[in-house]
Amino acid sequence: MYRPLRQRLMDLSPLDLRLAGALVAMAALSGCASDGGGVQSQKLAAIQSRGSLVCGVEGKLPGFSFVESSGAYSGLDVDVCKAVAAAVLGDPAKVQYRDLNSSERFAALASGEVDLLSRNTTATLSRDAAGGNGLSFAPTVFYDGQGVMAPKASGIQGLKDLAGKPICVETGTTTELNLADRMREIKAPYTPLKFQTSDQTYAAYLQGRCEAVTSDRSQLAGKRSSFPDPGAHNLLPDVLSKEPLAPATTNADPAWSDAVRWVVFALMQAEESGITQANIDAKLAEAKANTNLADLRRFLGVEGDFGKHLGLPADFVVKAVKAVGNYGEIFARNVGTGSPLKLERELNRQWNQGGLLYSPPFR
Amino acid sequence: MPAAVTPWWRNRRLIPWLAQAAAGLVLLVLVAFLLGNLVRNLTAAGLLLSWGWIDNPAGFDIAETLLPFQADMPYWRALLAGLVNTLRVVVVGLVGATLLGTLVGVAAFSSNGLLRRLARIYVEVIRNIPLLLQLVFWYFVVFLALPGGSAAIQLPGVVLAKSGLYLGSPELVNGQWQAPLRFTVEFSALLTGLVVYTAAFIAEVVRGGVAAVPRGQWEAARSLGFSHLQMLQRIVLPQALRVIVPGLNSQYISLAKNSSLAVACGYTDLYSVAETTLNQTGRAVEVVLILLGSYLLINLVISALMNGLNALVQLRER
Repeated sequence: MYRPLRQRLMDLSPLDLRLAGALVAMAALSGCASDGGGVQSQKLAAIQSRGSLVCGVEGKLPGFSFVESSGAYSGLDVDVCKAVAAAVLGDPAKVQYRDLNSSERFAALASGEVDLLSRNTTATLSRDAAGGNGLSFAPTVFYDGQGVMAPKASGIQGLKDLAGKPICVETGTTTELNLADRMREIKAPYTPLKFQTSDQTYAAYLQGRCEAVTSDRSQLAGKRSSFPDPGAHNLLPDVLSKEPLAPATTNADPAWSDAVRWVVFALMQAEESGITQANIDAKLAEAKANTNLADLRRFLGVEGDFGKHLGLPADFVVKAVKAVGNYGEIFARNVGTGSPLKLERELNRQWNQGGLLYSPPFR
Repeated sequence: MPAAVTPWWRNRRLIPWLAQAAAGLVLLVLVAFLLGNLVRNLTAAGLLLSWGWIDNPAGFDIAETLLPFQADMPYWRALLAGLVNTLRVVVVGLVGATLLGTLVGVAAFSSNGLLRRLARIYVEVIRNIPLLLQLVFWYFVVFLALPGGSAAIQLPGVVLAKSGLYLGSPELVNGQWQAPLRFTVEFSALLTGLVVYTAAFIAEVVRGGVAAVPRGQWEAARSLGFSHLQMLQRIVLPQALRVIVPGLNSQYISLAKNSSLAVACGYTDLYSVAETTLNQTGRAVEVVLILLGSYLLINLVISALMNGLNALVQLRER
């Protein structure tokens, strides 16, 4: 149905006009900041013009994100931030870290305070769905499960022994719900003591207020490594839930979410292809010299325009791997058997070695 | 000579009325615009208020509740249990803070110099340290440092252990204390923190009120042969109350609002339940509205009661 413009304009309320004005202003502001081969991502443009990536992390979890005595952040989650910063900005050091507790993390992401949430966050339906938290999850970087830790001296061997006892748990986590569900299943009443930060939770546990503390097994192992006497605490055999920990962005900017997703996949693919921090330069030279290595050439950005599709530089994979190494190296350095956490790869092995890591093809 | 007709713009009745009406209209338009904007943006974000989730099972447990609660009960019941927990600490806290605050405030007028100084030190130290720090101190440093099990502090009819305060012939069963009346350490730490903190402010209000009673009243009382206690009780405090009550009102309201810091010491109050609810449902706007409404209601009730009390103690013209 055609109606003259003047008539259509008259249908608009003053409110609509004001809204339209704001939209025009926003479009004008963002219009000058979009380039990168037709990829429209305000987030990418904002990060590039700011010159740094703002990454939300836990900040107090050894192995995942932790401030070293030198003042630098380190950990598996931190390395994801660094890899993304290297891919987008060419420099893994251009990251501003924000420590977020479990209840503020989603609000910080939704409000745009952080560009990327790399904070041992479990991917779930309600967090992913547009009607829930409206997040967009990158590939799982750590397949975890909820566990329970209790002092060795208490003689607690499993969940059943915890009936009627107080258990410390961090509020606002999936952990809280899983604990309630499992304890209900085995018909064991218990007292949940909830704290807002992980520091408070473990402080109360170490003070002996609760008989056990529950969280993701990796987090328990990480925290235990910083206890005064790590040997005095047992991880119980019970695994209460699946906890796939994944970086997250918001649903608002799909192009940015895609870029993050493929940087993470690149770290996994690099391990599968045998590309490491040490041999990346040699591999790159090999790819450049030999036109028959089509897969490698595409992966490293020697040919094709995968980077451009994502709004990233053509050699984003090279930059990311150079910065932090492949997934296997990241795992080994931060949480593996050589680190204080001493975690096995288990589910976090490559798909062709019995694990769950599976990068879709770079095609 | 006929009275000159006043032009309408100089009408002393009409003009104020018109000004009020204009101001009211502007306010109404502003509120309508803001509400319209909110609804528009929430609709665009798919977050328009919906309350269906409130009947869904909560799925989480609450450590201690006056109102019985289980994980399979709906969210509204969890929030209500949280509200009751908040009211519990607020009501007990108000009574405790008033008693302690009055004692400290009156101690500032004691004839005992040591007592006077102690009261000053108490007020200055407590009111100049952030409440959150004090709560963390009470919980982690004082209460959690208590011994547990058979090593607990035992007095006749009272046991103070790491797991809580037990009243009324407590017994040790399987290494755990049991008693008819029990306050958890979380509740005790929060209550202690709120009472000690608010009492410092109430003490100042009381001190101000007592100081406002003219010197002559004290002297008159003394010359009539009243003892120091009688003087306070019969002459000074009743007059001081007129000054004290309005000041108390705002301290009471502060205590009610400060109770939302409960999560710092692990006590599950309304705020803590709301936070878990928000995290699980993603209904931020609705949950925050419930929170706002609840605290507003609690404080309006406190204000109304205090205004009633104020009307009672004010000087009546005879």
